[in-house]
Amino acid sequence: MKVRQLSLFLENRPGQLRVPCKVLGDAGIDILTMSLADTQQFGILRLVVKDWERAKKVLEQAGSVVNITEVLAVDVPDRPGGLATVLEAFEKAGISVEYMYAFTARERGKYATLMVRLEDPDAAAKALGAAGVKLVSSEELFARAGA
Amino acid sequence: MTTQRNDAPGGFHPASAPDFLPRAQLERLQLDRLQATVRRAHERVAHFRKRMEERGVRPEDVRSLPDLARLPFTVKTDLRDTYPFGLFASPMEEIVRLHASSGTTGKPIVVAYTEADLEVWTSVMVRTFAACGLHQGDVVQNAYGYGLFTGGLGAHYGAEALGATVIPISGGNTERQLMVLQDFGVTAICCTPSYFVHLVERANEAKIGFGRLKVGVFGAEPWSESMRAHIQAESGIKAYDIYGLSEIIGPGVGIECHRQEGLHLFEDHFYPEIVDPKTGEVLPAGAEGELVLTTLSKQAMPMIRYRTRDITSIDPEPCACGRTLRRIRRIGRRSDDMFIIRGVNVFPSQVETALLRVEGTLPHYQIVLTREKGLDEMEVQVEVTAEFFSDQIRGLESLQARLESAIEHTLGIRVKVHLVEPRTLARSEGKAKRVVDKRSI
Repeated sequence: MKVRQLSLFLENRPGQLRVPCKVLGDAGIDILTMSLADTQQFGILRLVVKDWERAKKVLEQAGSVVNITEVLAVDVPDRPGGLATVLEAFEKAGISVEYMYAFTARERGKYATLMVRLEDPDAAAKALGAAGVKLVSSEELFARAGA
Repeated sequence: MTTQRNDAPGGFHPASAPDFLPRAQLERLQLDRLQATVRRAHERVAHFRKRMEERGVRPEDVRSLPDLARLPFTVKTDLRDTYPFGLFASPMEEIVRLHASSGTTGKPIVVAYTEADLEVWTSVMVRTFAACGLHQGDVVQNAYGYGLFTGGLGAHYGAEALGATVIPISGGNTERQLMVLQDFGVTAICCTPSYFVHLVERANEAKIGFGRLKVGVFGAEPWSESMRAHIQAESGIKAYDIYGLSEIIGPGVGIECHRQEGLHLFEDHFYPEIVDPKTGEVLPAGAEGELVLTTLSKQAMPMIRYRTRDITSIDPEPCACGRTLRRIRRIGRRSDDMFIIRGVNVFPSQVETALLRVEGTLPHYQIVLTREKGLDEMEVQVEVTAEFFSDQIRGLESLQARLESAIEHTLGIRVKVHLVEPRTLARSEGKAKRVVDKRSI
């Protein structure tokens, strides 16, 4: 149920974000979704791609520091209050969210998909599954994105 | 009297015999050679003659080793001012080699060797490698730069004369260095310590080991005891500190033995004094100060009381290895490497120790000094490595805070740590540039 996410360290200055994106582009690797966290000095670029191993390799060859983290893809009902319902399940299971961001592909009117980073993804997957939260496998996620 | 020659491992090399001379015999040899050197310099080098006349001293005034203190110092600017050949004591017909320092500003410093000088240089390098336990059959990867820099050729001829197999790979091209290290069965490597840290880092990234490598002979820049511990733990080799400078001969002025308790100086060729860097006064045995060296056998370019700017002390106690050559404490700093910030004397080695303490690994770093509104600021730029990179902002912020507090704790002043991307700081294929001073005074 887990999805592998790549994280990259970036210095916070113009042009820094373009470099890894170009490296992936040149290698023909499609970015399925991403999020950028930043402070005044530095940023962390988080990416989900299908071929994460190759992406890690080309990025490292280009000089990036890359970290692989497991995140969960969670389907959230696409209606007002949908996210609150899901978060309630998190709360009840005592799971705290480190950070989350949206997956680009969605089935309008049915679900929006969130990428969620949790302390212990395995335990969280179990607890959330039991609470009826819909988790998405990487295969299905990539299929939805047409990758 | 039999001298104990406890040179484990590998046994004793005949070239190392002078390392074990009884002190009295060594000192007689030193005085003879010193007197000849002073006479030669006075007779043949206008600069030395003039300086001695200004002080009212004659070569005959040097009747004992301590009399050396009556002679004037030679400083780096003397070599610049007499560029290129002003300090030569031999005609060009007798000079067989020239080397030059890689001058970052202005003219370089030129040094010269007669055939006899090269023989001395090679002999001290043989003794250097022998002290590190190397001998015939060893395979030496010489990653010091070949060319005008003395490191490359100095190590090359010494290792060859020892009977080892030399790979003259020179500096740079990390991928090839690692490949050769593996494929050629290299047992010893010569390079700067910071470059070896870089090799270790890249080897770890590529998940390759160090093959048969057992010895590293590292020098040409100051490094710390904690950096040695790091290198030895990461690579499993024994890391020896070598000391030398072009003005005196190049590498081969001093070397650690297997005890790793200070660097033996090849005192039969180089005479050491420790002076107060401010007053120039000779300090008593054991005191810390600036190392001043006088060559005892150089022909082409004798050097009288050369101010090295290296801060150390001389240990007069005999070494357990049996060598009678006195030892200097490892040079962790140079008097000109030191900088003063908000009244505090800071040496880059202190920052290094603090960085190592936090993550147990030595990242590449650079110290940047700036002055804002009359107040000095110190920033330490640290490259993020895969080991301590986190996907969470707070992970990196906490790393930054821990680094800042470790450095502040060591130096007693507030510093800013700035995390930068890997391989953005100037890489040390040669000497690492640790301090960038942007303060305009």
